[in-house]
Amino acid sequence: MTESAVSAPALAPVTSGGGLTRRLLREPMAVGALIVFALIVLASILAPLLTPWDPNRAELSDVLAPPFGEHILGADSAGRDVLARLLYGGRASLLGALIALVVALAIGIPTGLIAGYYQRWFDSLSTWTANLLMSMPGLIVLLAVISVLGPRMYTVMAVFGILLSPGVFRLTRSSVMAVRKELYIDAAKVSGVSDVRIIGRHVLGVVRAPLVIQASMMAGIAIVLQAGLEFLGVGDSTTASWGQMLNDAFTNIYVAPTMLVWPGLMIGITVGSLALFGTALRDAVQGTTSVGKRRRPQGEETVPAPVEVVAESIRPVAEGAPLLLVEGLRVGYPAADGGTTVVVDGVDLRIARGEVHGVVGESGSGKSQTAFSILGLLPVGGEVLEGSIHFDGVDLVSRGRERELLRGSRIGYIPQEPMSNLDPAFTLGWQLVEPMRRHLGLSRSQARTRALDLLDRVGIADPRRTFDAHPHEVSGGMAQRVLIAGAVSCDPDLLIADEPTTALDVTVQAEVLDLLRSLQAERSMGVMLVTHNFGVVADLCDRVTVMQRGRVVESGTANEIFSDARHPYTRMLLDSTLEDASVRPALTPTEAGR
Amino acid sequence: MFFFLVRRVVSGVVLVFAVATITFLLMSLTGGNAARNILGETATEAQVAAKAAELGLDRPILERYLDWLGAALHGDFGTSWFSREPVIESLANRFPVSLSVVTVAVLVTAVLATVLGITAAVRRGWVDRFVQVFAVIGFALPNFWVALILVTIFAVTLHLLPATGYVPITTDPGRWALGLILPVTALVIGTIASTAQQVRGATIDILERDFVRTLRARGISRTSLLFRHVLRNAAGPALTVLSLQFVGLLGGAVIIEKVFALPGIGSLAVNATTQGDLPQILGLVVVMVVLVVVVNLVIDLLTGWLNPKARVS
Repeated sequence: MTESAVSAPALAPVTSGGGLTRRLLREPMAVGALIVFALIVLASILAPLLTPWDPNRAELSDVLAPPFGEHILGADSAGRDVLARLLYGGRASLLGALIALVVALAIGIPTGLIAGYYQRWFDSLSTWTANLLMSMPGLIVLLAVISVLGPRMYTVMAVFGILLSPGVFRLTRSSVMAVRKELYIDAAKVSGVSDVRIIGRHVLGVVRAPLVIQASMMAGIAIVLQAGLEFLGVGDSTTASWGQMLNDAFTNIYVAPTMLVWPGLMIGITVGSLALFGTALRDAVQGTTSVGKRRRPQGEETVPAPVEVVAESIRPVAEGAPLLLVEGLRVGYPAADGGTTVVVDGVDLRIARGEVHGVVGESGSGKSQTAFSILGLLPVGGEVLEGSIHFDGVDLVSRGRERELLRGSRIGYIPQEPMSNLDPAFTLGWQLVEPMRRHLGLSRSQARTRALDLLDRVGIADPRRTFDAHPHEVSGGMAQRVLIAGAVSCDPDLLIADEPTTALDVTVQAEVLDLLRSLQAERSMGVMLVTHNFGVVADLCDRVTVMQRGRVVESGTANEIFSDARHPYTRMLLDSTLEDASVRPALTPTEAGR
Repeated sequence: MFFFLVRRVVSGVVLVFAVATITFLLMSLTGGNAARNILGETATEAQVAAKAAELGLDRPILERYLDWLGAALHGDFGTSWFSREPVIESLANRFPVSLSVVTVAVLVTAVLATVLGITAAVRRGWVDRFVQVFAVIGFALPNFWVALILVTIFAVTLHLLPATGYVPITTDPGRWALGLILPVTALVIGTIASTAQQVRGATIDILERDFVRTLRARGISRTSLLFRHVLRNAAGPALTVLSLQFVGLLGGAVIIEKVFALPGIGSLAVNATTQGDLPQILGLVVVMVVLVVVVNLVIDLLTGWLNPKARVS
């Protein structure tokens, strides 16, 4: 009950200026929650003006008086006015929560700042202490405190603040550690800004919003906890409080059950408004308003700037049934303004059986998006807007179910980054065996034998060891070989390889390309090889399609492209490849290292 | 794996030791005149002094601490100052009740939060909104208030379920389960909501990973993808939340037990608190912390088993 939200995950630090407050004020939920909370605070402060009754004045004649009489909400078992106790009780709850909050922040923020900024021994010590405090059963500790100090509720809430402080500490510490690595902090340091000013200006600005969220949650927890203690009867019985009212209602549950409702509602509304405010603030910080159902994109389409088309650069292809035929493919994503951003705009692609087809272009040219469309694995939001994709005569766009059956069995996929494409929680062997058992109907041991053969085939020295290894135990080159083994494990007719060598070391690249070439020759698979590297194209490809800004600008046989590039963009790509051994001007960090 | 285990056990032992020491010292130093509290205002000074001597309160605090620690290591937490019952016995009588409630609550939370969280992450739409609204409601309503309302509706008004009482599982499993329905329901409303939120977040995070796309490209079935691969990867954060929920539920159970008149640690803790029964409270705190440490250890082991990478770090 008490610790659940203390551990709320640290939010990503967001640099926010006054814009956040403005955005928050436009959120109806945040404004509503704030107004409700403010009303409750006002009502408890102005209690003497709102009710003529003294919350502690017991009238024997009014015991359990029904509502709507002299007492608007009735009277309790001692004949005290329920409304008055409700209003005055708010003071105890809010003040208690405030005390807990102040203590938690006063301890958590400075320690978190110091631990995160200076680290070293203080960090280890304070982290250890925080863990210690977090594993304390809060309520029992507070009961222990009460047993020695007596029912002094505000002291008890201060102690609860100490128990809450690890949440603040951890949040502050992790935010500071994230900011600390930023370059602008280094810049400030170099220019002689003192640590205190760096912390004050840059670091506190970052943790402010997450801390307000955390604080609103902690206040809620404190109110509920305090009510719980009072309900148990270990609180201060001389001041009115919501928890005590519940205690009184509980003893009279058979006589006047409605008395349960009011204090419960007050706690619920107060804590609920705090929680809603926190949620609204978090959404405002993350810039995501309510995660609703994804609507179909409406409105304007944003199409990439058209590229100059040179008619003769698209060379005709011999007729006949191709393995893969993509016609007029258009792919779009919903844009922030409600429209659609088109990333693939009318692409045609034709891959024959046994053909290695290079799809070349720079980052953002739509080549990977085309590959994902064929697989039916566009990232969330992505959608095929128009066009058709036929694989061996089957339309993949309209028949999603059949495509799912083809995936992994007749269409294989090799990803770009080997390490992130293996499930870290399963052995490599399991990840090879599972699809084979499904597609080929093999038994566990048959699939295992086949997997070991495949691992041997892709050039892994000790297949058994690799079979039992987890992804983090092998090198990137090995991981990519395993992924290649997985892609060809069910004898696909088409292999889609998305930059299969980009993330690898130069020496490993050549080996992996050799492996791909020999596997292709051995199984006469059609291969769609997505790459930006004309060296790879020259090495492997029969035909080439060049893409720019979502469109095909040139296609032809590899020989035609290399000897007679007709589109200026192709020539530009070729020139940059030939000038120096490296492919092109670096576009992404992975490429920059080559 | 072995060193991972040893490290966790050692840090757990250190934690228990630290908490026990701090609690003992704080309670003994600030406790005021315990003998006077026990005997009441009417006792004479001589009687108070005799009582203090009887309880060993006249000895130096370090000596008392070492004695207590030595005995505690053998499972002897002394006797209650009031009931004269050995502390360990009263704890042994009452912990099974509270643990039944908390364990069932944790299991129910784990199952329902997982289903709800994954559904919200995959289907989005109304399930997602339901989880979010449910989370706010579950957070805002105190679980003992929910318990009171449940009692009013199902026990007092409808007479469907027992309002109070506890039947040990060894006596009658059916009536044991029946008696737990209301307390567990009251407890899990808050925990399911917040855990489901965490599962939802972790699932969304995992679903966007590259390896999920590759697994789908391999034609893995949707069920296997979600319940084997995604769930196993999302289990780490979910289990961490669950272990914190366990700590919170122990506290929640103390309050809930009052509503349902369950003979668990709740009434023991409250009585000991109001009377200032130091040995009883000390024993309670130590056993609680040991429990928390054990649960955390189990969770660590589970996490390590589910995610081999966690064993290394």
